[in-house]
Amino acid sequence: MMIWVDAVMQGVLIGGLYALFAMGLSLMFGIMRMVNVAHGDMVILMAFLGLLMTEAFGLGPFAAMAVVVPIAFGIGYVLQRGVLNHTISKDPLRSLVVTFGISIVVQNLLLEFFSADTRAIASGGLESQSVALAGNLAAGVLPLIIFGSAVLLTIALQQLFGNTTIGRAFRATSDDPGAAALMGVNNAHVYAFATAIAIGILGIAGIFHGMRTIFSPTDGPAQLIYAFEAVIIGGMGSFWGTLAGGVILGITQAIGARIDPGWGVLLGHVTFVLVLLFKPNGLFPKTR
Amino acid sequence: MNAHVAPQAAAAGSPPKSSFSVERSTRLGTATMVFFAVSLGFSVSMPFWADASHLRLLTELACYFVMAQMWNLLAGYGGLVSIGQQAYIGIGGYALIVFANMLGINPFFSVLLCGFVAALLAMPISQVVFRLPGAAFAIGTWAVAEILRLVVANTTALGGGSGVSLVALKEFERSTRESVTFWISISASYASVLFVYLLLRSRFGLALTAIRDAEVASQSQGIDVKRTKFLVYLISAFGFGISGGLYFLSNLRISPDAAFGVSWSPLIIFMVIIGGVGTIEGPLLGAVLFFLLSKVFEDYGTWYLTALGLIAVIVTIWFPQGLWGFVAKRFDLHLFPVQRRLRLLRGPSGKP
Repeated sequence: MMIWVDAVMQGVLIGGLYALFAMGLSLMFGIMRMVNVAHGDMVILMAFLGLLMTEAFGLGPFAAMAVVVPIAFGIGYVLQRGVLNHTISKDPLRSLVVTFGISIVVQNLLLEFFSADTRAIASGGLESQSVALAGNLAAGVLPLIIFGSAVLLTIALQQLFGNTTIGRAFRATSDDPGAAALMGVNNAHVYAFATAIAIGILGIAGIFHGMRTIFSPTDGPAQLIYAFEAVIIGGMGSFWGTLAGGVILGITQAIGARIDPGWGVLLGHVTFVLVLLFKPNGLFPKTR
Repeated sequence: MNAHVAPQAAAAGSPPKSSFSVERSTRLGTATMVFFAVSLGFSVSMPFWADASHLRLLTELACYFVMAQMWNLLAGYGGLVSIGQQAYIGIGGYALIVFANMLGINPFFSVLLCGFVAALLAMPISQVVFRLPGAAFAIGTWAVAEILRLVVANTTALGGGSGVSLVALKEFERSTRESVTFWISISASYASVLFVYLLLRSRFGLALTAIRDAEVASQSQGIDVKRTKFLVYLISAFGFGISGGLYFLSNLRISPDAAFGVSWSPLIIFMVIIGGVGTIEGPLLGAVLFFLLSKVFEDYGTWYLTALGLIAVIVTIWFPQGLWGFVAKRFDLHLFPVQRRLRLLRGPSGKP
């Protein structure tokens, strides 16, 4: 019995990380109807930037985060304003091919500069600390921090969307870019700001990923698929839904892995297919 | 390139009926067909005089022709942008293993069956991925390919993660094997081009181009959009199944990563995009170009792929018509005329 409780708990905690990956994807799809195929590779890119900060400049992982997040934000803004804004149209072909191209470029540049070796970000012993819970159940401190960050960021995004000027611009351009432009919204800037936030979050997510587990340049696509599944399971257009989607994906993966190590990821995929078949709008769609 | 449809001109009133004609074929199109037939004859004779290593390379190129043509039909004409067609390459490859190795069916005949298996499995898969809107469809198809990869990797009967060899080919002599494989791949590539050409010239093709240009408008004109897209998806799966079977027929060994790996997608997509999406000529040109480049730059692995990714980005944003699109527009060249073109004839007044 305890082993299943433990599986669910570990699943919930890893789900927080998936939610961190997924928020930006959800944000970009919500506002621009665009799926960034390079999203997973951006996670890995940020993990490598974090590695560079900790190894080359001797920063702690959280100090590295303080440096990488603004860089990620900048990358996101420039990428959208300079490249991706040219691809926005009703036909998804252009944005998909362009972000796919970027994904291949990022992956191969990382391979060229960091080789195919697996790496990890040193977190100063944090990765081995845990909090004892009831019975012989224990939760790792790092997973708890990651999950806590996911909850805080969900609240922050919800606030940003609901109660700020830029949030209102987000919602307006999402509903009708033409009308929003007539009301004085600068769509190009709004889109760039949205992507900046989406990639900025990956500055946090990527470093957490690198602290939690080993990573290599070709790990991006798997992270993209997890993030995508979290968005679809939770339902598009709601950040709490995305968090819940990440948690559900995490739980099913953890339970699957306890049944048979080969089936963990697969059971997560199966959940995604079942949700699509029976609740195509996701489990927690935005009610509007 | 939009389909040019005639009735508007007649409705506008001024030109009398005789002053325009709808052109469906060009002299160049006929010439293409002649070249097509001659080159087919030439290719068929190749196993009798060409080097075995060249045959192998051409077999690979022929697989790319089919894949590029099928992805173009799906994305360029059907508007269904998929990053997961490797699902059907893998299904085709593993179907070949099941038919030839396990059931003892002639491996060359099995290739055809691979296409049917792929199309059959595409039916339930489409029920899942068609629920995803626009760009999300692309990632959904990719997730499906991942699922298949994991299922196969966990199935010991299919060799598990390390894969399996096509031992059924042992009973054939090497030269027979290579010639027959080559003939099948040549027929498959010519058939795929011819099929897409005839399909696009048919009523179905007209519906398809109409959907591509304006989905809502074509629905209001009575086109069954959902059914049309479903059929295109099945046809594409069939083509990918055949090419997957063929590829592993010539490769002799299959593994889940090679069969269902996502590295197929950038190859196929970049071929079509760089060649020119939404034309028949573009994917062919793209496949040849890509094939030559990959053989020349084989040793520069990561830098080559980086450059390829960058080219795909640049072409998509600044030259969305691709290489062939540029040629076609600049020189008004249509090797495979699929559109109906309105030609204004000189009226009695001398003005068009």
